[in-house]
Amino acid sequence: MGTEMLLKDEVQMLRRVPLFSNVEPGKLKLLAFTSDRVSYDAGEAIFHQGDTGDAAYVVLAGKADILVDSSTGPIKIAEVETNSIVGEIAILCDVSRTATVQTTTAVEALRIRKEHFLKLLTDFPEITIEIMRVLADRLSHTTSELSEARSRARKAE
Amino acid sequence: MEKRLARYIWTHTRGQQLWILLVVAISMVPYFLSFDLPKQIVNGPIQGQGFDQPGATQTFMNISFDLPWLGPVTLFDGIDLTRMQMLFALSLVFLALVIVNGLFKFYINTYKGRLGERLLRRIRFELIDRILRFPPSQFKRMKGAEVASMVKDEVEPLGGFTGDAFVQPALLGGQALTALFFIFMQNAWLGLIAAVMVGVQAVIIPRMRRRLLVLGRERQITARELAGRVSEIVDGIGTIHAYDTTNYERADIASRLGRIFKIRYDLYQWKFLVKFINNFLAQLTPFLFYCIGGYLALQGRLDIGQLIAVISAYKDLPGPLKDLIDWDQTRQDVQVKYVQVVEQFSVERTIDPSIQAVAIQDPGPMKHPLAAVNLSLADDSGAKLLERVSVQIHPGETVAIVGGAAGGGDMLAEAFARLTWPESGKITAGGDDLLELPESIAGRCISYVSADTYFFYGTLRDNLLYGLKHAPLKDAAYEGSGAAHRKWEINEARMAGNPDYDVNGDWIDYRAADATDREDLFTPVLSVLDTVQLSKDILDLALRSTVSPNDHPGLAEGIVEMRHALREELEEAGLSSLIVSFEPGAYNTEATVGENLLFGTATGAAFIGKAIAKNAYFRSVIGRTGLDRIMFDMGYSIAENAVELFADLPPDHPFFQQLTFMTADDIPEYQLLLQKLKGKGFDAASEDEKGAIIRLSFRYIEPRHRFGLLTPELMAKIVDVRRQFHDGLPESMRGDIERYDPEHYLASASLMDNILFGRISHKHSDGSKRIRSIVSSLLNSLGLLENVIDIGLDFNLGAGGKRLTAVQRQKLNLARALVRRSDYYIFNRPLPGLDHRLQDEIVRDVLKLVRRDGRDPAVVWVLSNTALSSLFDRVLVFDRGMLVEDGTHAALVENNGIFKELVSS
Repeated sequence: MGTEMLLKDEVQMLRRVPLFSNVEPGKLKLLAFTSDRVSYDAGEAIFHQGDTGDAAYVVLAGKADILVDSSTGPIKIAEVETNSIVGEIAILCDVSRTATVQTTTAVEALRIRKEHFLKLLTDFPEITIEIMRVLADRLSHTTSELSEARSRARKAE
Repeated sequence: MEKRLARYIWTHTRGQQLWILLVVAISMVPYFLSFDLPKQIVNGPIQGQGFDQPGATQTFMNISFDLPWLGPVTLFDGIDLTRMQMLFALSLVFLALVIVNGLFKFYINTYKGRLGERLLRRIRFELIDRILRFPPSQFKRMKGAEVASMVKDEVEPLGGFTGDAFVQPALLGGQALTALFFIFMQNAWLGLIAAVMVGVQAVIIPRMRRRLLVLGRERQITARELAGRVSEIVDGIGTIHAYDTTNYERADIASRLGRIFKIRYDLYQWKFLVKFINNFLAQLTPFLFYCIGGYLALQGRLDIGQLIAVISAYKDLPGPLKDLIDWDQTRQDVQVKYVQVVEQFSVERTIDPSIQAVAIQDPGPMKHPLAAVNLSLADDSGAKLLERVSVQIHPGETVAIVGGAAGGGDMLAEAFARLTWPESGKITAGGDDLLELPESIAGRCISYVSADTYFFYGTLRDNLLYGLKHAPLKDAAYEGSGAAHRKWEINEARMAGNPDYDVNGDWIDYRAADATDREDLFTPVLSVLDTVQLSKDILDLALRSTVSPNDHPGLAEGIVEMRHALREELEEAGLSSLIVSFEPGAYNTEATVGENLLFGTATGAAFIGKAIAKNAYFRSVIGRTGLDRIMFDMGYSIAENAVELFADLPPDHPFFQQLTFMTADDIPEYQLLLQKLKGKGFDAASEDEKGAIIRLSFRYIEPRHRFGLLTPELMAKIVDVRRQFHDGLPESMRGDIERYDPEHYLASASLMDNILFGRISHKHSDGSKRIRSIVSSLLNSLGLLENVIDIGLDFNLGAGGKRLTAVQRQKLNLARALVRRSDYYIFNRPLPGLDHRLQDEIVRDVLKLVRRDGRDPAVVWVLSNTALSSLFDRVLVFDRGMLVEDGTHAALVENNGIFKELVSS
């Protein structure tokens, strides 16, 4: 019972997530209330590549790997940091999960359902802009990795 | 089918009709005798004819004939009776004749009724038999409800008419002629008048009724269309709501009803006009009798007894005459109906009955290749869907069919399933045209599945095993009155030209499902359900259902035992925090406050729903312990929190889903209530207000709602009140609540709740998923799985299987085919609703399953996911109705053709 987390504590934690840092506390409380609080042990999959995406996750504590299936087995492509959001792509683009997310430590997370998440974006433009920033960041990261990989490949020829 | 109703009836009921005619003829004798008797009684004993002298006697019952050649023959000399004796004797004869006539009528009516019902049964069966033999294209043009209304309602009057078809004209005609003849006998002139009036009626009335027939036909068609529209509304209700067209439908129905009303009203008007004229003509005759007959009697040319006899005989003429005219009306009406129905059921190219003959014997494997020869298929408009395709599927081969949306591969699969008949060319199985093979071969050796699922109203089990019910393999055992009834059933079925297969017999072909009988069917069925990944769904259905322990002996004990096993299992896996158990002396944090307080399931009127708030005993317990105040404060905080969180949100906001203890509409009410009670507390609130506030705390779960309202002291208090509540529970309310008891099965709770006997913790994201997998493996190891799946299989699918989700329907559809052993499996994009990962798994598993135990059936799979074609021996690529590529996966990839494009796209 001692580990029970109350709404007001969650609001404090959510404020530390960059995505929500500009949202007023009243709204954060609502977000916390409408999300499910979930915990994972180390080595558990939060979701699998290919599943239909029905929720996004805000990692409140702990770490996880982002893995992509390949012919030689899963490849780790990135790591999920504490206070970041994962699984939003499948919701935004209505595609199956593009990667598997597997915890490396015990993880505490808030599970935001798809329809709630989309509602959140329309209600709070500041969250939308933050999401765009995160996505753009990832894209530029991916682009630079791609060009690196290409130049490596050219050298190898 | 025979176009003329009279001929149809004659063909099928000739013998009975002749018999009943004979009986009717015999019944005429007492009928005729009863006419003459009143005259004899009046003229003889009453008026004293032949009894002129006091003490005179007359002979009674002298039976003698004057036969040609033989001369007079006397059977009975008769006895001499006095006037008074004669009166009683003749009256008694009259009474006897009344009884005999009545008995004849009774026998004739019963016999006719049975005759009619048998013919009705025959016609209905024949119509449905025809539906079963219609070519597939016919069903594109038919509305089910219209056909149903034809089979059920429109042929109904035929049954009533059948008994009367020949008997009625004979009987009524006989009666009318007898009456007429009798009038003639009394007085030729009066007889002539009656005959002329009959002639007028017989000519005028049927003419007037022609219009009635036209209206009757219109009524039939409009009523049939109405039935069709009603079923369209039911079937299309989703579309109607989606497009807000309910009022368009209302307008359409109202206008149809208006048209039907007009037709029916016209019918009434005509009917009563005809009736009026008919009655008038019938009453005109007695007028003439009184007028002319009276004149003749006064003139002394007609004795009064004769006139009374004529009038009395005439009373019997209009009745039969009117009935005869009515009969003719019914005849025409029924004939029209019959022709209407028969026309609808006269279809070209019906399937020959021999092809569908019942075959008890297993036809054995189909060893020949299935081949399309120059096959062309076209749709209703004549557009070509498949053009001159020739391809062979060999036994044991796995073939993937791929191609674009209008490629034509799916049409080939439909043709293999005999759902689409060739425009030209044919499908053969070892030289025989597939359409000419008995269905006992084609329908068993080939199994076809498409995304188009259809399920019959009934249990999941019935539908899963539906594909095994080809023939009554084992008769049901009957004893005593049951056996007698079965014998009667067989006899009656034969009399009506129906087959006498027993629907209660065992139709399931266990061998085709890899079993020997009902007992060992479970294993193959489970492996099929696993393959299509439906067993989990069925298990869930079972676990969610509430079953009476009496219906499943042994199950309740097993489940209670399993509670302990589950705890141990969880402990071993280090997951004991997954479930918080109900313990009589402890607070369950994962359950609501209300559940913790009652610690049982409300089963009776005293505690169910809102009744508990009004229950005096319950209120006295929480009032006495002071819990009502505590719960009031708690509810007050919950209301505050909810109002703070949700007050600004529009009522349709999706976040309200999360608010389990109130609805969006409640928010303003609680807002007002909070303002009113602010700082005043419990004592200032009215009873209703207290109820509204306390209700909130009843549904509160701390780990879920996380408002921080429960303290250890409070929890202990609730447990204490729980104990007091149960200890003092009055005898009269004991039956209204089923208390949680770790050692007993809860009949009012679902199977799952009984197994868990606690609540799944909210803390673990996939807690319920994990529990489910542990529960299902435990059920298996404890030998309860079969029992539980069996309960799941009892689930009623509802109309058309609508109680399952679309995905479940598709899986069940596939399972229904996999349960039976076939030589060819044709899968026509059977799982479009499933995501790719699942499709991939199921295709692989199905290919493995059909090859179990060394079996080697051919599989033709029209794939929506081209990538899976590498799992098959051979790939056929269709494009715009043509077979463009055919070869192994590897060869086609090399080939740089359309296939490569499809794969890379």
